[in-house]
Amino acid sequence: MELALTLLLFTALVATAIAIAVVRKLFAVVMLSGVFSLLSALLFIVMDAVDVAFTEAAVGGGISSILMLGTIALTARDEKKPKKFSYVPVAVALLTGGALIYGTLDMPNFGSPDAPIHQHVGPDYITKTPHDIHVPNIVTAVLASYRGYDTLGETTVVFTAGLGVLLLLSGLGRSGRRRKRRTQNLSEER
Amino acid sequence: MDHHLILRVITKILVGPILLYALYVQFHGDFGPGGGFQAGVIFAVAFVLYGLIFSLQRLRALFPDYQVHRLVALGVLIYAGTGIVSLLLGANFLDYNVLAEKGYKGQHLGILIVELGVGITVFAVMLSIYYAFAGRPPRLDDKDW
Repeated sequence: MELALTLLLFTALVATAIAIAVVRKLFAVVMLSGVFSLLSALLFIVMDAVDVAFTEAAVGGGISSILMLGTIALTARDEKKPKKFSYVPVAVALLTGGALIYGTLDMPNFGSPDAPIHQHVGPDYITKTPHDIHVPNIVTAVLASYRGYDTLGETTVVFTAGLGVLLLLSGLGRSGRRRKRRTQNLSEER
Repeated sequence: MDHHLILRVITKILVGPILLYALYVQFHGDFGPGGGFQAGVIFAVAFVLYGLIFSLQRLRALFPDYQVHRLVALGVLIYAGTGIVSLLLGANFLDYNVLAEKGYKGQHLGILIVELGVGITVFAVMLSIYYAFAGRPPRLDDKDW
C-alpha cells in the first residue's frame, strides 16, 4: 500500500515536472510548481516527516507561489520561445541526473537503523529528550534546544534575505533621498 | 479586485481562522508538528490574502512598512537576547536550563521564547518581501490574467 502510494506520488511528481518544462504560460507554470510542492509535501508525509511536509506545504505551496505571481505581474506572462533547439541543456540534465542516481546506489536503505545518520547523535537525542526537555515532539527539542545555535543562524539567514530583498526592491533608499532633496529645495526656497 | 464579491466574502471569513491556526502552530509546536518557521509563514499568508483581495493600500494602512521592518529585527533580537540572558545567568549561550528553577521548565520557557523570535522574524520577512514585490507598479492589468 505504502509502496503503491509512493510510486503514484512520484509518477505525478515527474508528470508535473515535465509539464512545467513544456508549458509556456507562466501563470500555469506557477500553479504547477505549487502542485509540485504539495505533491512533495505528501511524499514527506508518507516518509513520516510531518514537520518538513508542513514547511514544504506552507512555504513552497503558499508563499512561493504568491511571490512568483507578484514577479509575473512585474515582468511578463509568457515564456519566450527559444530560437533553436540546443542539446547542451539536455545533456547537462541527463548527466547530473545520472550522477545523482549513481550516488544513491551507495546510500543505506530508507529508514535503515544501520544508516550513519542514526549512529551519531540521533540515539542520544531520542533517549535524552523525554528526560531533559519533556516535550513530545523531538524535532522541536532538537531544533530549538540541542541545535539552538544552528536555528539562530537560520533565523539570521531569513533576516539577511529579507534585508537583501528590501534593499534591492522596496525603493526605500530612493524615497528617502527624494524626501531629503525635497526638504532641501524647500529650505532653499525660504 | 472590487468586483470579486465571492472572493471578498470568503476572505473575510478565512482571515480570522488562518491567524488562529498560525498561533496554534506557533505555541503547540512542542507537542505536534510545527513551530516558528511554519507559524510565521501562515501568519503572513493571512495578511497577504487580505492584501491580494482588499488592495495593498488598505493592508499598508493597517500595518505600515516601518512597523513590519522593525519586527524583522525584533525576532532575531528576541532569539539572541535569550542566549545573552542565559549567559548573564552564568550558563552557556542558549542553555535554557537556568531560565527557571527546574531544568526542564527552563527548557520549555526557552523553546517557547526562541520559537516566538523565529516566528516574528519569518512573519515580518515574508510580509516585507510581499510588500516589496507587490508595491512596485504592475505592468499587467486585472483582466490580462
